[in-house]
Amino acid sequence: MTHFSFRRFFAYLKKEEKQILRDPSTFLIAFVLPLMMLFIFGYGVSLDADKVPLGLLLEDTSPTARSLENAFLGTNYFKVKTSYNRAELEEDLTGGRLRGVVIVPQDFSIKVLEGTVAPLQVLLDGSEPNTARFALNYTEGVVNNWGIQQKIEGKTSVILPLQMEPRVWFNDSLKSRYVLLPGSIAVIMTLIGTLLTALVVAREWERGTMEALMATPIRISEMLLAKLVPYFLLGLSAMILCVFLCVVLFGVPFRGSYLILLVATSIFLLAALGVGLLVSSTTRNQFVASQIAIIIGFIPAFMLSGFVFEISSMPEIIQAMTYVFPPRYFVTILQSSFLSGTTWALVMPSLLIMLLIALFFLGISVLNMRKRLD
Amino acid sequence: MPNIKDSIHITSLSKQFKGETLPALQDVTAVIKAGTITGLVGPDGAGKTTLLRLMAGLLLPTQGKISVLGFDTVKEPENLHDVIGYMPQKFGLYEDLTVIENLNFYAALHNLSEEEKPKVFEKMFHFTALRPFTERLAGNLSGGMKQKLGLACSLLGRPKVLLLDEPSVGVDPISRRELWEMVQELVQQGICVVWSTAYLDEADQCGEVLLLNKGKLLFYGPPKELTKRVRARVFEMDILFKKRRLILKEFLKRPDIIDGVIQGNKLRFVCSPSFHIEEKEAKWQAVAPRFEDAFIDILGGSHNGESALAENMPFKHIKGGNHPILAENLTKMFGTFTAAKDISFEIKQGEIFGLLGPNGAGKSTIFKMLCGILQPTAGRALVSGYNLKTAPSRARSRIGYMAQKFSLYGDLSVQENLDFFSGIYGLVGQRRLKEVQQMISIFDLSSYLRSNAGLLPLGYKQRLALACSLMHEPDVLFLDEPTSGVDPLVRREFWNHINGMVEKGVTIMVTTHFMEEAEYCDRIALIYGGVNIATGTPMELKDKVKTKKRPNPSLEEAFIALIERIDRKKAS
Repeated sequence: MTHFSFRRFFAYLKKEEKQILRDPSTFLIAFVLPLMMLFIFGYGVSLDADKVPLGLLLEDTSPTARSLENAFLGTNYFKVKTSYNRAELEEDLTGGRLRGVVIVPQDFSIKVLEGTVAPLQVLLDGSEPNTARFALNYTEGVVNNWGIQQKIEGKTSVILPLQMEPRVWFNDSLKSRYVLLPGSIAVIMTLIGTLLTALVVAREWERGTMEALMATPIRISEMLLAKLVPYFLLGLSAMILCVFLCVVLFGVPFRGSYLILLVATSIFLLAALGVGLLVSSTTRNQFVASQIAIIIGFIPAFMLSGFVFEISSMPEIIQAMTYVFPPRYFVTILQSSFLSGTTWALVMPSLLIMLLIALFFLGISVLNMRKRLD
Repeated sequence: MPNIKDSIHITSLSKQFKGETLPALQDVTAVIKAGTITGLVGPDGAGKTTLLRLMAGLLLPTQGKISVLGFDTVKEPENLHDVIGYMPQKFGLYEDLTVIENLNFYAALHNLSEEEKPKVFEKMFHFTALRPFTERLAGNLSGGMKQKLGLACSLLGRPKVLLLDEPSVGVDPISRRELWEMVQELVQQGICVVWSTAYLDEADQCGEVLLLNKGKLLFYGPPKELTKRVRARVFEMDILFKKRRLILKEFLKRPDIIDGVIQGNKLRFVCSPSFHIEEKEAKWQAVAPRFEDAFIDILGGSHNGESALAENMPFKHIKGGNHPILAENLTKMFGTFTAAKDISFEIKQGEIFGLLGPNGAGKSTIFKMLCGILQPTAGRALVSGYNLKTAPSRARSRIGYMAQKFSLYGDLSVQENLDFFSGIYGLVGQRRLKEVQQMISIFDLSSYLRSNAGLLPLGYKQRLALACSLMHEPDVLFLDEPTSGVDPLVRREFWNHINGMVEKGVTIMVTTHFMEEAEYCDRIALIYGGVNIATGTPMELKDKVKTKKRPNPSLEEAFIALIERIDRKKAS
């Protein structure tokens, strides 16, 4: 009597498939939302700043100062406005039309030629700290390059006027979207796995169909499996779409193994589905389920995965928390798949931990699901 | 004792939910036989749904046990689910699947073999008359059709036990009758049917009845056994139609009258055993008792006819002539579909006007146009002389509206609900405080002020909803299926207030599927296919269908006959 019936399983699967195809919100969450996120991370959000409007105040108009001006004009990072009028630039800076002003003082070229410290004053708009930091870094870079150029040309042996820092932002190929796009796949998988599953199971409770189902001969195993399979496949197809877009449209290099990525995605999806099932079977209410799914699924995938915010710079207690959430492991695998390449040996510990988390949540939701209402 | 293999045996069953103080069911013992419909009746919250869910193995009993055809509901749920068909209150249909997809899905779940399927489906289509709609989404079916489809889905496993949870709530009389006939046919094949209901006229027709109140089994047996207790204590009297509310109120004050209701131009009373007819009451006629009479009697009688609400209400003087509601040639089109066509009527001050009709007939459309929620395509609607189109906010300020399911804020307390609704109706300062305070004392809400509205007993929810729609002292009160799914006691209390208010000059517009409720109306408009097919007092409607074979039709019979008449006309 207790055997698994493929007929019931396939009937349920078919029903689920039809609902997915007919419900525009499923399509929205599974395909439109991922596309939107990819576009936002691909085009909209960038941790690099391009064409920062910068003022260049030339109090010194010697050829040396002019060549520095050319160095600023020659870079893509700045849109340079050259002026000889301090008041005008300061006004632009206060008005937000410029993000920073580099002041080349009267005695600049003399000091450069003398080889003594040549001070450059940099004024920055601190109201947008990120941009300010970029502007400062870029300025350093430009001045630095210019200095090296001067030295190569034998014009000076100048000691550069600004303190150097490591030039992460100047690594031309390491665009931030190369890191963001692979990471966003983890967020998208969480959306499909956790949010979507939580919603569709809670919907069955809300509309009373779950109650009717439970009084039929269907087994819990048939029902759970028939719920998991379609959303698992939906997740995988969304993943393929995302990887395709990342590589083809956004030109993110893919240096790892597609097989490893497939295995990792599958395991991660299982974990996400497990969380979704658990949430929906405990809340039985679409609104509450979606709120909880966002809090325990979406937000950790966003904040605690190292995808936007570097884990090593978080407070220790938060760092410890990241180990509990599967996105952390998945994001690492994703980023190395795209940027540096993967090997089984490298990803195995992460895969195993994710598998454990997946089994834990799936196990609890299986135990939690009974053919009963109380 | 019936054979354990073909009946349901409930033994000392108790169910206590976590966090509840009172048990949902307490020591229930009964045997439910095959070959008859067993009605499960009782006031709201009596434990009807809990009992059905326990029988379906969806809940665990706290104490005692249930055996369904010999299968223990706790130990053998799988065997149990192979033999039962269960229709929950929301029917369990997938609204985004078509009729045929729902049927196919449930056929597979119930292990109906592919060979048998065509035959069984054929029978279901015959049974439900759903064949023309196989490709329609279940969500787009009318309430009555959903009900039939839900029933068909629960029948696909050819169950030996059928459990139906309030299958007739919110369904028009025609669909109810058809549903009843469908189930009657099944019973003749020897299956066991449990039918829970708040309609007591249905209980009357059941072979056996389980009457629950507050989790206890008050009565168990054939309904005739229960009605015996009020034998020779039920009377009807003809009265002057115009005076019926006042006369009813007077009689209900008497201690020897247990229950009284209006039935068109008659009053119906249940009297206590000590009652005897005096000379002046000679026109009282003894009539056959109904289940409802006995039900009210066993629960200790109804109200005393007083309405503190009406007592405190000043008499209304209405501007804009004598017609608080005026509908002139109202027409509403949705695309090419005509939901309401050329509807005209006028409602006088202090009149109760009922809109009746099958599900999907256009009642709600008309109703919504009259309270300003929908814009008519043509025609106009006036409330207290204000045109809803040109002076909508003026007109709306004269309207009180009580929506189906009460539309209270379940997460706000009673006090907060009152404050909120008084605020949105524009009451401020002293007047607001006064009105809120008055509602609290009239409806006796003071002990519940801090409770969340969602957790109130149903009767109190109803009171609160009524209070919220009345604080701004509207001229017209709109009631949309006000007592759907509510038990007779709560319904009587509600109508008591309505009757009282009407005497003070408030005008009432009501939609309902309860014929009993329709009997309270001064006039009724019967809507079918978007058209007003008959208007008149309850008696006038009944008179229209009077025949030799049916000298004394009930309002329900009138309803059905009038609609069938239109159908015949269309067919020919």
